[in-house]
Amino acid sequence: MRIQDSIANIKAIFKRELFSYFGSPVAYVFIIIFLLLLGFFTFNIGMFFESNQADFRGFFDWHPWVYIFLIPAVAMRLWAEDRRLGTIELLLTFPITVADAILGKFLAAWCFLGICLMLTFPLVFTVMYLGNPDLGVAFCAYVGSFLLAGAFLSVGIMTSSATRSQVISFILSVVLCLFLILSGYPPVLDSLYGWAPAWLVNLVSQLSFLTHFQSITRGVLDARDILYYASVMVFFLFVTGVIIQNRRTS
Amino acid sequence: MIEVKNITKDFGKMKAVDNVSFSVEKGEILGFLGPNGAGKSTTMRMITGFIPPTAGTAVIGGYDITEDSISARKKMGYLPENAPVYPDMTVHGYLDFCAQIRGYGPADRKRKIHETIERCFLTRVEYQNISTLSKGYRQRVCFAQSILHDPEYLIFDEPTDGLDPNQKHEVRLMIREMSEKKAILLSTHILDEVESVCTRAVIIANGCIVADDTPDNLKTRSSVHGAVCIAVATADEQALISVLRELDCVKQAEVLEKDEKQIHVRIYPKELKIPIADRIMIALREKDFKIESLFVEQGRLDEVFRKITL
Ligand SMILES: Nc1ncnc2c1ncn2[C@@H]1O[C@H](COP(=O)(O)OP(=O)(O)OP(=O)(O)O)[C@@H](O)[C@H]1O
Ligand SMILES: [Mg+2]
Repeated sequence: MRIQDSIANIKAIFKRELFSYFGSPVAYVFIIIFLLLLGFFTFNIGMFFESNQADFRGFFDWHPWVYIFLIPAVAMRLWAEDRRLGTIELLLTFPITVADAILGKFLAAWCFLGICLMLTFPLVFTVMYLGNPDLGVAFCAYVGSFLLAGAFLSVGIMTSSATRSQVISFILSVVLCLFLILSGYPPVLDSLYGWAPAWLVNLVSQLSFLTHFQSITRGVLDARDILYYASVMVFFLFVTGVIIQNRRTS
Repeated sequence: MIEVKNITKDFGKMKAVDNVSFSVEKGEILGFLGPNGAGKSTTMRMITGFIPPTAGTAVIGGYDITEDSISARKKMGYLPENAPVYPDMTVHGYLDFCAQIRGYGPADRKRKIHETIERCFLTRVEYQNISTLSKGYRQRVCFAQSILHDPEYLIFDEPTDGLDPNQKHEVRLMIREMSEKKAILLSTHILDEVESVCTRAVIIANGCIVADDTPDNLKTRSSVHGAVCIAVATADEQALISVLRELDCVKQAEVLEKDEKQIHVRIYPKELKIPIADRIMIALREKDFKIESLFVEQGRLDEVFRKITL
């Protein structure tokens, strides 16, 4: 009974949030910028066509760097806006749990990002037309990118719950995401090699969004990588819940 | 029944609400009064489960808000201060969202929304975006949200704030009609509202309850309660006052104002239990004063309010 109620509540909040994305110009601006940025990186900087390879590496490698600025922008309004409007008082006095509210909001934003990601499909068709790419790898990479987006989003929703200011939320989550990406970047790891114990190097690299993302985009859909992203999301959403429970007053 | 038990809220060092207890039975409309910053909204936020109390609790229809919050919240309707609404939705969309949260299926939802929209006079703006509504309409939309699921317990934080006089009247009527089967707690700064709708009033100041009584009983605490006000056609003022003061049932008589046609006088009785209007009329008629109007003061809530909370 409780679970059915929860699902119904999550569904109601999900619908409202998703509707509110598309009811405002923000969504369309976001989609356009997302596609333009990805296109710019992939074709102008990544030399997608010049590489003469019918694969998607030059495309997906840019995703983390586009996400790092755009996803905090999507997430920053999730709770901050409710606080500003005072609707948080409504939401938290409805007969729903904090988890219902967080999941509804999170899933709506994630779904929105999924839609944005799907709008990049023309690129897949172009490559299919030009060459003979490995579609299995492309599929894996899309799954990986979607999971990565969810992980970024969970960080963003957490910072959004922690502050009333959307600007602070944005900056905090960019910095946090940057840290989570960079911890797997070769220069960072190189600086650890030599002096740090192997387990620490390993741990830091394991923590990184990037390490797991790269292995997925190579076409290896490992259960451990999926588990990693799932646990990142669960962790940050849980922290969000704790923050909201404790910050109800202001 | 809404039972508030020793509820306390500290914000840092400041005690916003200090050991407040009261209860609201079904059929009652409790008016919650107090100066700005007295802690009315804070108390209501604790009762509705928005903020956790530092100590004490509230029990709504048998469910403790700190222990079984969801069950308690299911039985409640809440209109928060400043009537928060989602500006990017239409009135219909917003109420549809609230009805989903309240667990109604599609068919029930349609009926409920239709009913509520009619009751709250929102038909004209049903498909209008909330961001384009005036303040009074937004207030009504949020009010509609709170009664949508026909809850047994209602908490209204300044329900008539921003409404025009006609709408104030309508909302008060609605609240009175609903009160038969419900327990209602409302906060307000409009003392007329307390007199016209509330069966009981709790006054708080600086987080503590300073009065808990019916509006009529509160009025008896007014200094003018039981005094008789008369208007007499212009005559010798000195003579008039001395006639009144000579009566043994009169404690004091004072001229309130004077114009070309009338003198207004307020007369305080010696003892509240003995009616003096009759004696005054006889005494004045004997001396050929012409009484043009006379009424007995019930007392003024605003005066009592000031006396208690300052
Ligand atoms: N989140 C908060 N943090 C710190 N202090 C707070 C907070 N919320 C309220 N207060 C303080 O608690 C006190 C009571 O506030 P409350 O809003 O309950 O007053 P009120 O009786 O509703 O006043 P009003 O008539 O103006 O609506 C005020 O002094 C206020 O400044
Ligand atoms: Mg208030």
